[in-house]
Amino acid sequence: MTHLEKLEAEAVYIMREVAAECEKPVMLYSVGKDSSVMLHLALKAFYPEKPPFPFLHVNTTWKFKEMISFRDETAEKYGIQMLEYINEEGLRQGINPFDHGSAYTDIMKTQALKQALDLYGFTAAFGGGRRDEEKSRAKERIFSFRNPNHAWDPKNQRPEMWKLYNTEINKGESIRVFPISNWTESDIWQYIRQEHIDIVPLYFAAMRPVVERDGNLIMVDDDRMRLLPGETPVMKKVRFRTLGCYPLSGGIESDADTIDAVIEETLSAVSSERTSRIIDSDGGSASMEKRKREGYF
Amino acid sequence: MHTLLKFITCGSVDDGKSTLIGHMLYDAKLLFADQEKALELDSQIGSAGGAMDYSLLLDGLMAEREQGITIDVAYRYFTTDARSFIVADTPGHEEYTRNMAVGASFADLAVILADAGKGILAQTKRHTRICALMGIRHFVFAVNKMDLVEYSQECFLEIQNDIRILTKEFDCDSIALIPVSASCGDNITRRSARMPWYPGMPLLAYLENIDISREPEGTGFTMPVQRVCRPDRNFRGFQGQIESGAVSVGDAVTVLPSTETAKVTGILQGNQPVETSSAGHAVTISLDTEIDISRGCVLQKDNQLFVSQTFTVTLLWMDNSGLTAGKSYLIKTGTQRIPCTVLHIHHKVDTGTGQEVPAKEIIKNEIACCDLMTNTEIVFDTFLHNKALGSFILIDRVTHMTAACGTITHSLAQDNSHLTWQNTDITRTFRENLLGQKACTIWFTGLSGSGKSTLANALEKYLAGVNKHTMLLDGDNIRMGLNRNLGFGESDRIENIRRVAEVAKLLNDAGLIVLTSFISPFAADRRRAKKIIGEGFFEVYVSTPLEECIRRDVKGLYADAKSGRIEDFTGLGSPYEVPEHADLTIDTTGKTIDECVQTLVQKLNL
Repeated sequence: MTHLEKLEAEAVYIMREVAAECEKPVMLYSVGKDSSVMLHLALKAFYPEKPPFPFLHVNTTWKFKEMISFRDETAEKYGIQMLEYINEEGLRQGINPFDHGSAYTDIMKTQALKQALDLYGFTAAFGGGRRDEEKSRAKERIFSFRNPNHAWDPKNQRPEMWKLYNTEINKGESIRVFPISNWTESDIWQYIRQEHIDIVPLYFAAMRPVVERDGNLIMVDDDRMRLLPGETPVMKKVRFRTLGCYPLSGGIESDADTIDAVIEETLSAVSSERTSRIIDSDGGSASMEKRKREGYF
Repeated sequence: MHTLLKFITCGSVDDGKSTLIGHMLYDAKLLFADQEKALELDSQIGSAGGAMDYSLLLDGLMAEREQGITIDVAYRYFTTDARSFIVADTPGHEEYTRNMAVGASFADLAVILADAGKGILAQTKRHTRICALMGIRHFVFAVNKMDLVEYSQECFLEIQNDIRILTKEFDCDSIALIPVSASCGDNITRRSARMPWYPGMPLLAYLENIDISREPEGTGFTMPVQRVCRPDRNFRGFQGQIESGAVSVGDAVTVLPSTETAKVTGILQGNQPVETSSAGHAVTISLDTEIDISRGCVLQKDNQLFVSQTFTVTLLWMDNSGLTAGKSYLIKTGTQRIPCTVLHIHHKVDTGTGQEVPAKEIIKNEIACCDLMTNTEIVFDTFLHNKALGSFILIDRVTHMTAACGTITHSLAQDNSHLTWQNTDITRTFRENLLGQKACTIWFTGLSGSGKSTLANALEKYLAGVNKHTMLLDGDNIRMGLNRNLGFGESDRIENIRRVAEVAKLLNDAGLIVLTSFISPFAADRRRAKKIIGEGFFEVYVSTPLEECIRRDVKGLYADAKSGRIEDFTGLGSPYEVPEHADLTIDTTGKTIDECVQTLVQKLNL
């Protein structure tokens, strides 16, 4: 078996275990490339049955427009149940990425996710997190347990032996499951190419209106974008390595407009994936762990 | 396509595991530019006081960086020109041994660090032993901090001798020793000029070249069923991962535990139909006949798998509360998950010396050899033969924590193959006709003091009055005779009920109506009894409420339990599982004995 075949078999096994043993699973869908891979794996894992769980998109309302249209087309194409959750309270209070910084992420992402999981009573949520993304993720189990407040206790993780996953939980607790924990960014790209998986076009270089801010290229996706004095949007050929809320996603200048060119560029990258997603560096090198302790995915 | 090597680094605390991997990544230019910059910045404020602290690359948790230690396994992914690697960097503190075992269960090879100045420590031996237990067969001993012993060959040779002695008892496929300095970079990615006496490869080159492929052992096809896929009436497939061997369309496979056979009509690998598939692949298999197969069953071909309830294991205890014989857990092996009891602790293993030490209780981080008994038959193999069907975890039934992990060493099932059931000419029906009655067993269950024995006694008197032939088996009476060698622990309790059920069955075969009066508080025990007795089993739940039973307290047992003279008394310290499908439920509160007997006679058609 090739390296990719092994990774695929591992992820499929994990998804089937959750479907068989967990009471009410859901798959988190962020519209990014890792979500595309997760969906593809779920379609394979249960074929000819449809994935026996719904998909959930936590929408901050600040996602790229192209992400939302891609999401809706994908759900339609595969006939899967796609739930959308927006923190309406946050929306009413006008919480936005310009004025509220890390409070924005907390309210519109972390709190929204918790509210959505509580609302539907999901006991297990699949996520596309990978251990090569970030130092605290590198420490997280594939089955990661959350207390009734959705908090992670990194100092007391359940042992996880061979592939004997213990899915037993107490009332109120839930599990985050990361079937592609052992994939690297390079594996994800190779797999997308091998399996011809559709991804949001934002991953490929195209002329887009951007402004340069703190060394990041931010796309002006709609007229809610607040320009600072002296900033004028310019058209540049850019692509995105990770996708999120457009004011928080830094693009890179690139000519890579095919999957082969993107892979070529990725493999020779000098900068690791999450540095272009501004959210992670806000709060020092331990910020991701802090957010996970508070319930961030 | 690159081959993949999954390895772990382990060894005692401060032997430099994280530093070793950090330095390897740094030297081999496997860090992204921003990671390298972050490392330089972090080093200036970290516990190494300004010098490059490579361990910061791996110790990712806040508590770890504060204390300068590794608490949990960190996984790192890197690729060189020769190979892809996943390395699990594991903690050295004894307290976090279970996290180290997590890493070991994942890996094919272990890099075990030893401090050149301190030699082989108890923790080094413990880690080596756990690696072997979890199935690792390739070892590299990296003798670290050679810079602190002036790169002395003598020092290295001394440690080499100790390692030879240590590894003698393990069944390894390869063992290598490499002198290194993780902080100075000697023999990590390049051969060190400071140790010309060492002729071998530096660590990275060794890891790039070691062959870990094992010859297939000629085991047949096995696939534990994860789930049944039934999208519509036309399709029914069994989904799982092939754990050994290969399977093709047209093959006849056996389903365990039922031993029914069927022919493979289709194999899907993901969404692709294939003719043949082999070990490692996740598949969906369709069969030609509609036989009963559910999650936990094993599809197999050409194997000698065990189907039984008892087996011997070696386990690593990981829970804060200790293990004693008689305790009950959930066991997960393959895709089966059922209750089991620890029947007997043979001994624990001194992790330093490997010696077997007698033990009544096993505490956290100890290795022990035990016998387990599952509630019903399960399918398994020895770990040596089949990793997936020979490994297991135990789950605490209250906290749900993973309390232990281990491997099955052998089956304890008696070999019944030389026994043959002897058919006799005088049958049960014949004896029933002689007595002019239909034999059955009326199984009274309920709390102590609920009125089981009183009711059974009154019913037997009534039956005798209408010329029926009966026998009453009473809990206390049986315990004073047939079962006098049994105590009140879990395994003895199970055996108590098993013997009673077997006796009831014999008496039924003799044509008699049997009445049994046992608290029998656990549904699983009653299920087993029903299975043994078979035809004509009636479960009567005497549902008198606990308060009423306590008020009656005929034998004074509730008073004893409340004062602490009896522990784990049913209804007080120990649970009573109410029957979900009793043939008859009867509450004796406020009723006369005669009324109750009439109800029984009518409802059970006696």
